Amino acid sequence: MTVTSKAATAPWQGTRDYIASDDLRRIVNVAVALGRPLLIKGEPGTGKTLLARSIADGLGMPLLNWHIKSTTKARDGLYVYDTVQRLYDSRFQDKDVSDIEQYIKLGPLGRAFASSERVVLLIDEVDKADVEFPNDLLHELDAMSFTIDETGKTVRATHRPVVIITSNNEKELPDAFLRRVVFHFIEFPDKALMSEIVQVHYPDLARELLDQALAAFYRLRGVDGLRKRPSTSELIDWIAALLAHGVEPAHLDKELPFLGTLIKKEQDLTAMQRARSWR
Amino acid sequence: MPFAELFFAMRKGGLPVSLSEWMALMQALASGTVQPDLTDFYRVARAVLVKRETQYDTWDQVFEAVFGSDDLPTEAASQLLEWLENPLPVPELTPEQLAMMEQLPLDKLRELFEERLREQDERHDGGNKWIGTGGKSPFGNGGVNPGGVRVGGAGGGRSAVQIASQRRFAAYRSDRVLDTRSIAVALKKLRRLSRKEGELELDVDESIDETCRNAGELTLAFRPPRKNEARVLLLMDVGGSMDPYVHLVEKLFSAANGLNHWRKFEALSFHNCPYESLYPSEYGRGDSVPTADVLAERSPETFLIMVGDASMAPSELTSRNGAIDYWHRNETPGLVWLHRLRSRFKRAVWLNPTPPEWWSGWTVQLIGSLFPMFPLTLDGLDQAIATLRLRTPPPIPELDVRLMGGR
Repeated sequence: MTVTSKAATAPWQGTRDYIASDDLRRIVNVAVALGRPLLIKGEPGTGKTLLARSIADGLGMPLLNWHIKSTTKARDGLYVYDTVQRLYDSRFQDKDVSDIEQYIKLGPLGRAFASSERVVLLIDEVDKADVEFPNDLLHELDAMSFTIDETGKTVRATHRPVVIITSNNEKELPDAFLRRVVFHFIEFPDKALMSEIVQVHYPDLARELLDQALAAFYRLRGVDGLRKRPSTSELIDWIAALLAHGVEPAHLDKELPFLGTLIKKEQDLTAMQRARSWR
Repeated sequence: MPFAELFFAMRKGGLPVSLSEWMALMQALASGTVQPDLTDFYRVARAVLVKRETQYDTWDQVFEAVFGSDDLPTEAASQLLEWLENPLPVPELTPEQLAMMEQLPLDKLRELFEERLREQDERHDGGNKWIGTGGKSPFGNGGVNPGGVRVGGAGGGRSAVQIASQRRFAAYRSDRVLDTRSIAVALKKLRRLSRKEGELELDVDESIDETCRNAGELTLAFRPPRKNEARVLLLMDVGGSMDPYVHLVEKLFSAANGLNHWRKFEALSFHNCPYESLYPSEYGRGDSVPTADVLAERSPETFLIMVGDASMAPSELTSRNGAIDYWHRNETPGLVWLHRLRSRFKRAVWLNPTPPEWWSGWTVQLIGSLFPMFPLTLDGLDQAIATLRLRTPPPIPELDVRLMGGR
């Protein structure tokens, strides 16, 4: 495999609004250097999707977003041939319908290849699509080029895009696909990293409240049998609620106010009451 | 190939690392992307070689076995650090060469690695060796400097071997017997039983609407197929030792039904082996159901999922009146009932909560030859669902009548 673009960019360090662990920082830069797609998995709320935006900002590259749905086909990422529009146009004489090119619309992958500068391409939730989808992408990602059958034109990448792929584990991904990617599993942030993340959102948060809130939050996450464990975004909302109502930090030891912002499922509330281990 | 030990240890440990992944790692090292310390090597190698978080735990164990502990680093660890100090370019292999090498058995591959190593040594005559003790690396040979191994990463964080020995990823393993922590993942897997992944259908109503909105210009609307035709029949062994699993499995499948809205979901139970009656499941109310009715009335397209340890006295399977409850007089041996169930429901699997090492018992073997049997783990569930979804289900073996009445 040749890396077509060894951009002399500075390594990505995370950005002001995206705090990344040491591990993640290293792996992103290794994937960029190797020119391999980076597959990211992790619990909901660990910032998988935001990562691509942060990499794009940090490396100063444009971001192309390809959100995968259950009906997405690999070809949609390359280009779409709008036959229906051509059919319409053929009924009037105002356009030259023999020029097929005007009905070819490049998809996100196609645009990433055709771009005159290096871009970050996010393929979000790759596991939503059909099981064969990732394999269908392989050839183009390897070759960094594809041919538009209708016009015979070849789209070739001048700069190898930085490809970030996220997955939520809805489906097993095929082995052939996995062999070609760099993989990182984002662990749920530990307390130290989490307090950095919270401080990005609330720079003036009192230390005591932060410590107490984090302690309560991690105790809550430790409760056995929760269907949906509260994640980063719930913690951020919860702290907002605590701040708005001026809750005393010491109070959190005895009782958790605004529990509804942290726990969203009825069953989980019951599970918690049963466990009581958060006390 | 330096420190090829890691490669072979991974293969031996059941991690499916391919040569192309290994070569990618070598390239990363050769390009100087990796800092010369074990911690950085640990995370970069993991990202390039290990592609599932369920395998992280095994990786940690393999890593520790190959590179040792902080106090007692192995020869491989010092070789690695030596190499990282002065990485040599790695020969490019063509995809054909890689594919050819993939086919080789492990010992042949090892020979090839060692041979390549000698070639490299000769080519870089007098230079830094990939392996061995003659190199002029500042790290010296044979792990004389154990402290050197621990060169900390950024911020003096945990060292690689510490990370590896903590086994933080044990909970993500996919070969543990299901427990409440893995329920969320298991639920996602069960979704595959119902999802219809097919061609889009023409949505006539929406097409008419769209066309009207578009002032009569024909506009076609498509939608994914929606019907959820899945029927699931769960038959569970509720005999003593099965208790913890029964509870879990029923909870799991009820939850899956709640989420997926299978067309029909039914959970029934039996005691060691099904006979002429099936009983309401643990939470169920009501009377027993004649097995004959279940066979006659449930659609043959139903997914049948049997759960049990399949361990019992042989007579419980093969004899009349073999049922474990002494007042229970069954006219027909249990094996015949099992065969009838299997014959009616072509899409059937058996989930066994005991580890496969224990499946050597006669009854387990016999039932395992009738039903495709899988361990009750996330991996097992995966394989079971894949089997249920096969377009041509596995063939149904003949019932060996000679077994009946004997033993």
